[in-house]
Amino acid sequence: MSRQRVYKLRLYVADHTQNSVQAEANLTAFCGEYLPGSHHIEVVDVLREPKRALADGIFMTPTLVVLAPAPIRRIVGTLNQTLTILQTLKLDAQAA
Amino acid sequence: MKRGRSAPVQAPGKASTGIEGFDGLTAGGVPRGRTTLLLGGPGSGKTIFAAQFLMHGARHCKEPGIFVAFEESPKQIAANLSGFGWNLAQLQRSKLFFLDARPTAELIQSGTFDLGGMLAALGAKAKQMGARRIVFDALDIVLALLPNAALRRREVYRLHEWLLAQELTGIITAKSGGDEATSPGLQQFDFMQFMVDCAVILNHRVDQGVSQRNLRVQKYRGSSFSEDESPFVIGSTGFYVAVARKLGREDSLVTLERVSSGVARLDTMLGGGYYRGASILITGFPGTAKTTLSGAFAEAACKRGERTIFVSFDSDGSEVLRNLTSVGIHLGRFDKSGILRMVSARTITGSAETLLVRIKSLAQEHRARCVVIDPVSALAKSGNELTAHGVAERLIDWSKSAGVTLVCTSLIDETSSQPAGGTPLQISTMADTWIHLNYLVQAGERNRGMSIIKSRGTAHSNQVRELILSKSGVTIADIYTAGGEVLMGTLRWEKESAQRVADEVAEVAGKLRRVSLDAEEAVLEVRVKSLQTELMAKQVEKSLLDRTTQSREGELARGRTRMRELRGADAAATEVK
Repeated sequence: MSRQRVYKLRLYVADHTQNSVQAEANLTAFCGEYLPGSHHIEVVDVLREPKRALADGIFMTPTLVVLAPAPIRRIVGTLNQTLTILQTLKLDAQAA
Repeated sequence: MKRGRSAPVQAPGKASTGIEGFDGLTAGGVPRGRTTLLLGGPGSGKTIFAAQFLMHGARHCKEPGIFVAFEESPKQIAANLSGFGWNLAQLQRSKLFFLDARPTAELIQSGTFDLGGMLAALGAKAKQMGARRIVFDALDIVLALLPNAALRRREVYRLHEWLLAQELTGIITAKSGGDEATSPGLQQFDFMQFMVDCAVILNHRVDQGVSQRNLRVQKYRGSSFSEDESPFVIGSTGFYVAVARKLGREDSLVTLERVSSGVARLDTMLGGGYYRGASILITGFPGTAKTTLSGAFAEAACKRGERTIFVSFDSDGSEVLRNLTSVGIHLGRFDKSGILRMVSARTITGSAETLLVRIKSLAQEHRARCVVIDPVSALAKSGNELTAHGVAERLIDWSKSAGVTLVCTSLIDETSSQPAGGTPLQISTMADTWIHLNYLVQAGERNRGMSIIKSRGTAHSNQVRELILSKSGVTIADIYTAGGEVLMGTLRWEKESAQRVADEVAEVAGKLRRVSLDAEEAVLEVRVKSLQTELMAKQVEKSLLDRTTQSREGELARGRTRMRELRGADAAATEVK
């Protein structure tokens, strides 16, 4: 499998609320473990950029949007279930 | 009814919903700047209520609004609502904003989340468009994604706090099993009812096969409200709540103006006609000319140039027109000119409430001053009678407050032996004037009798009259009572002609008597004259007799003197000279 693939991730957070802080931490940890060197994370604070959230259809925070590789997927929540994220990114086979 | 309330006169602290009836129920609408929870089962009209609240704000109160849809797409909602004649597209540009917040099917959930992002986005949007109202439709959908009650409660509190901070008037709709607090759907979100400032429960149940919708205000902080269930209808123009007892409703205006019943003699019997704005009930068995009498009223109203609605539950409008023409009531031309509106409600089914709403909206649309409902007992044909009774009450209440003169006919069960006992809807106690039509079968004839059972505030005849239908119209005739029996129809006619003959005989006899008296008088006069003549003759004779007697006596005296002279007597000579 090509490990060269870069995962473009965008995390929408609501300032430093508990959920958002957790999600950011969980994502960083996840990427560090499963996608070292092949990921790019953009964090968008919806409180600072509400219009962007509206345009992107983000209503629940935190929301992780997997922009690449296609298809675009959304994961809502604090990202505390590693297995779910692995399945979503189709990485579960390798992890197992 | 609409007067003074359709205009957006806003009560302080309340946001008018534009839903007829609801604003009256809550003395002005939902609490301004607070949250109202709208609970109801599937198809109970939550979305329509909420959308109407936004529409009204955007259109009439200069309060732009945001609709957050968790369940349906904005497109679907707009399409559904366009059925009510609401042009959302026109408003959508600047005054209404629809946010599609449906959780997408491919949404993957991992861990808990909150609505902070949405609220931030909405806050920005609200500020940008100056929104004053907001609706969260089907909040339960998004709450259901949260794993436990504590988190759900936290999100609802977050929403509540946000609404307060934004000073938006909010409506949150959520599913529930109805009014019963035991239903699982309600239990799940029951804390919401305690948290919000106003909770409204929409009910939809089926009673004897007829759908019946009810609305109940469960709580309303800081305001009085009607606590009872009020029937409501989702009609062609949206949500409509029927309110019988409006809080602090002013009495309707009464007038001394009379309107003709269309039958001249009936007007006389009533002392001038019906009162304007009165409710008139015409009861009778089938075929006693109830429709005809109400048709006569409609014709008279149209002739005065008053807009009239004729609702027939029995036959088509054209049938009514044709049938009435046969008794000289020509409504066709008024129907053509548009002053009269014939409505056939024969096939309309639904609860009495639905029928009432339809009649009301038709009357308002037509700006009717006179309304005929033939027969009003049809209201009770489906659904339960208790509701129908309430509807009849509200019908009269409405007609009075709108100043509409209402003529209702009501069928009386042919088997009931006591026709004056009452009507199926108990409407007879509420009606101002009650005219009862009856059959009298006698001498092989069936004739129509009419009596005024009551007429509030007007002197009225206590006599039973005969109602006669002919090609030239409806007339009323006096009836005869003979030997304790009431005579109608042919018997009445016979009695009338017998009376005429008797009158003639008496007249002739009188004349004859006069002639004979004249003759006798003449005879007497003649006799008086002849007697007078006789008298005169006698008098003449008498005077003649006197004279002859005198002359004879003179003669005798002279004779005696002469004789004395002849005899040479001297003593008497000087005497004779």
